Amino acid sequence: MKRYVYINDNESSHKLYCDNRISNRKYTVLNFLPKNLWEQFGRFMNQYFLLIACLQLWSLITPVNPASTWGPLIFIFAVSASKEAWDDYNRYFSDKKANEKLVWVVRQGIRKHIQAQDIHVGNIVWLRENDEVPCDLVLIGTSDPQGLCYVETSALDGETDLKTRVIPATCMGIDFELLHKIKGVIECPNPDKDIRRFDANLRLFPPFIDNDVCPLTIKNTILQSCYLRNTEWACGVAVYTGNETKLGMSRGIPEPKLTAMDAMIDKLTGAIFVFQIVVVMVLGIAGNVWKDTEARKQWYVLYPLEGPWYELLVIPLRFELLCSIMIPISIKVSLDLVKSLYAKFIDWDSEMIDYETGIPSHATNTAISEDLGQVEYIMTDKTGTLTENRMIFRRCCISGVFYGNESGDALKDTKLLNAVAVSSPDVVQFVTVMAICNTVIPIKSKTGAILYKAQSQDEDALVNAAAQLHMVYANKNANILEIRFNGSVIKYELLEILEFTSDRKRMSVVVKDCQNGKFVLLSKGADEAILPYAYDGQQTRTFIEAVEQYAQLGLRTLCLAWRELKEDEYQEWSLMFKEASSTLVDREWRIAEVCQRLERDFEVLGVTAIEDRLQDGVPETIETLRKAGINFWMLTGDKQNTAIQIALSCNFISPEPKGQLLLIDGKTEDEVCRSLERVLLTMRITSSEPKDVAFVVDGWALEIALKHYRKVFTELAILSRTAICCRVTPSQKAQLVELLKSCDYRTLAIGDGGNDVRMIQQADIGVGISGREGLQAARAADYSIGKFRFLKRLILVHGRYSYNRTAFLSQYSFYKSLVICFIQILSFWN
Amino acid sequence: MSSYTPSSSAGGVGSADSAAPRRNSKRPKYSKFTQQELPACKPILTPRWVISAFMLVSIVFIPIGVVSLLASRDVVEIIDRYETECVPQNFRNNRVSFIQSDANKTCTRRLTVTKHMKQPIYVYYQLDNFYQNHRRYVKSRSDSQLRDNSSWNDVSSCKPEDDSNGLPIVPCGLIAWSLFNDTYNFSLNNQQLAVNKREISWKSDRDHKFGNDVLPRNFQNGTLKGGKSLDPTVPLSQQEDLIVWMRTAALPTFRKLYGKIERDLQPNEVIHVTLENNYNTYSFNGKKKLVLSTTSWLGGKNDFLGIAYLTIGGLCFFLALSFTVVYLVKPRRLGDPSYLSWNRNPGGH
Repeated sequence: MKRYVYINDNESSHKLYCDNRISNRKYTVLNFLPKNLWEQFGRFMNQYFLLIACLQLWSLITPVNPASTWGPLIFIFAVSASKEAWDDYNRYFSDKKANEKLVWVVRQGIRKHIQAQDIHVGNIVWLRENDEVPCDLVLIGTSDPQGLCYVETSALDGETDLKTRVIPATCMGIDFELLHKIKGVIECPNPDKDIRRFDANLRLFPPFIDNDVCPLTIKNTILQSCYLRNTEWACGVAVYTGNETKLGMSRGIPEPKLTAMDAMIDKLTGAIFVFQIVVVMVLGIAGNVWKDTEARKQWYVLYPLEGPWYELLVIPLRFELLCSIMIPISIKVSLDLVKSLYAKFIDWDSEMIDYETGIPSHATNTAISEDLGQVEYIMTDKTGTLTENRMIFRRCCISGVFYGNESGDALKDTKLLNAVAVSSPDVVQFVTVMAICNTVIPIKSKTGAILYKAQSQDEDALVNAAAQLHMVYANKNANILEIRFNGSVIKYELLEILEFTSDRKRMSVVVKDCQNGKFVLLSKGADEAILPYAYDGQQTRTFIEAVEQYAQLGLRTLCLAWRELKEDEYQEWSLMFKEASSTLVDREWRIAEVCQRLERDFEVLGVTAIEDRLQDGVPETIETLRKAGINFWMLTGDKQNTAIQIALSCNFISPEPKGQLLLIDGKTEDEVCRSLERVLLTMRITSSEPKDVAFVVDGWALEIALKHYRKVFTELAILSRTAICCRVTPSQKAQLVELLKSCDYRTLAIGDGGNDVRMIQQADIGVGISGREGLQAARAADYSIGKFRFLKRLILVHGRYSYNRTAFLSQYSFYKSLVICFIQILSFWN
Repeated sequence: MSSYTPSSSAGGVGSADSAAPRRNSKRPKYSKFTQQELPACKPILTPRWVISAFMLVSIVFIPIGVVSLLASRDVVEIIDRYETECVPQNFRNNRVSFIQSDANKTCTRRLTVTKHMKQPIYVYYQLDNFYQNHRRYVKSRSDSQLRDNSSWNDVSSCKPEDDSNGLPIVPCGLIAWSLFNDTYNFSLNNQQLAVNKREISWKSDRDHKFGNDVLPRNFQNGTLKGGKSLDPTVPLSQQEDLIVWMRTAALPTFRKLYGKIERDLQPNEVIHVTLENNYNTYSFNGKKKLVLSTTSWLGGKNDFLGIAYLTIGGLCFFLALSFTVVYLVKPRRLGDPSYLSWNRNPGGH
């Protein structure tokens, strides 16, 4: 399904799409009472208590004062209703503020100040610096001559760094005045909630030339609730409005997670209900029998000879009323109350504040604190979770020569510095790739120093290292990259960026050297994504060795490569790329396919090694949690050797005599199966010995194991206390969590990056580290903490306290209800 | 987080964090409550602790039990069950028709004093299998009518004994209607033994719950006669038998105070009781007993309290002993992690 947005066409789209009125309200003044009551009575417990309360109004059968049920019932309803009302009132208030905000919108060719709620799809909206964006816009003009603008997206995704947005190529250079009159059509998908995707096309109508269709991506949009920064003005076409914006669509109540304790309480309630029915039946029948045999003889009671038809029901119903309080009416409300207090304790805890960044811990999900005390498996990410994700360029290997091996820091290695000084061609080429094969934006600060804005920590480390090697990435002016090398300025024209995806595991840029007009493809990526594509005849042995050697030291490696392109080859490819980037369906896959055609026959230049240090307190935390009987699994996208090194250094696995590592590998089903069975056998034998046995599996073998040998792998998973899974994709991480969950284990997933989001959402408890890879994981998580070491306190202090307290409270609730109930039965005996 | 801000000239990785000061202001002020550091104590149940606690309980409870048992044994009770003997031989098979007839129901009993009985000696009647706690029965009374003459026609709660011949009954309800009507006359050595029937009810009942201006009206006038009739000239606050009866018993076996004998009785003295066996317990097989009893500082004769104390004390003593034995024979280090579930059974769970 598509929607066609006609720019500046005031009539046609009015009826089709909603206006920009935002409404988050659940209720109106009129429907509040019925709707809220209806919702509350949706719960089984409440229905039950209502039935009891109604029965009590029948004075013939009521053994106690009806107020004893009506009172608590009304109180509980009043509490939850007033909470809802208060929340809804606040929502109404903030909606009203947003709706009545004044914005500049073009109407009949003139800019007018109107209320934000009157914006319609197709309107052109003007924003000034620091304005909040009122709806989802496609940029068509900014004050910047390059068509750039900066936005802060913290309200949308929680990340506070500025993001650059660019106007589509077709709109480049349109005059300020003409922007009022621009006409065209935007073909875009129906509203969805994906804030990272916008696959659309723009076609401008004459006189704005270009019948060409111009592809639009998320880069060309500014979304509702972002702020415009560092840009004097910007204007855009409203494509999604009101509750149909990306933000509006992604709002909504996430499925509530149920704790083990809640499930237990529900089960108990059910059991007590059955017990109650049995008690009522037995006592009711006994009562009726006694009444017929004995009570008739008791003249002083003066039983009427003939009772009404429902006489037989009276005694059982009376017992039912007496027993009704066996099920504690207050348990849900009291548990909600104490649970929100547990969450507050986590927020307040001054020992869980990251003093480096000042980020306190936060419990987003207030309902599952006691599950923290029951965790059995922790699935942890490596980069940014166990490590600091602060990348430092340490070593490199350029055309077979190792730098930085002696000092441990290549930047201080005189060999390398000398090679740069004499402009050794291999080294210069290598450093050039380091400097420009990326998506970093250099920004000149007022003091003249150059600041780099990078999305990825690795790129940041590489660009900074290149700068220290006198290859300074100085400026990016539209498509012209300026590099200062040993005093001279080199310019490149940036033609295409083949962006990084976790499937391709590499990124490339195509640049044109402005000095000699050559087209060059520069690439960097994981070894297995680069080395197999080297041109025939290149010796990649030394690089493989280098990669292995660095990985053993726990360093992250990247391979750098380049290839010269012929002009016609590039032109031909460029057309295909353009076509692929403007498809609406499967765009990502199509682009990957096209990229593959260009990224081949590389000349591999060398390998970089980047260090990522362990966070403080990681080994101690892991050891303590281990002692508490919690099993650790490490799920990382990194290489096997790097993962094992990190695992060794943080007590994850023990070195040889005490610990044993079992490898599961293989490329085919048979190999994987055999190795799986061998490992399982060893595991069974050693399970009685006091030995730390861990298994290591890589993404490929894992895929096969999960697909074909799920049962064997599950048994292995249950047996082993430690596992390292490397080279796994986000969906495999989620699958592993799912696997352990299906064995009835309580799982906790902890991670920091976007690739951990799925496993965090899948796990019983998701913990996000608000780290350097942005806040994506922290937003999706139930708990967010600043550092890995706070996990210890989160689980062992808060988890245990919450568990004990909830257990006590619920046990006490049941106990009290049963006791009161039996006292009532005894004392109202007939 | 705008933390990627190294400058190219300096090269190092700085982390100038603009967000830090803003975030810091969110930190709550230190307080013992927010940090969960309020003083608290939770006893760790070490073997010594548990054993001494049990020992202490047994040391306190056993003497208390002995003392209360002794006190209860001191009480002298004479119990005479008379409901069968007081029915003439020829009516034994049809007791209900006897009790409902107009025949002479006077009956004489002999009670022999076994031990010295110190005054005051309380005279009780004890009924068995009589459900004064029946729902219909308990509710069938009108407190406002009993308290105050002005609300004499407030009989709505008294059904089915609310009125007779169209007029409200005072006192109304099943309880008053079924008032116990056996009478006892005691004589010792042919001397009338005086029974004091004053102040046998609760003082608060006489003063507050039963009005001194409320006179019985239209009582026991209906077709169905229940129990005892009341003197219509005596206000309810002085009708102590009624007041005692209206304090309904919680259990089907109960004693109610009939009066007090205010003189000592010597062993082997024989008391002759002339009783009017009027009350119908035969239709529901209820027993009737006459009880003479002294009191001790603990009340009447009841071994339950003493036995309960002795049982609990003995149980604690036994537990203390057995824990001591276990502790000595097979001691275990406190907080030994090898007993944790995941350490006891490595691998599997």
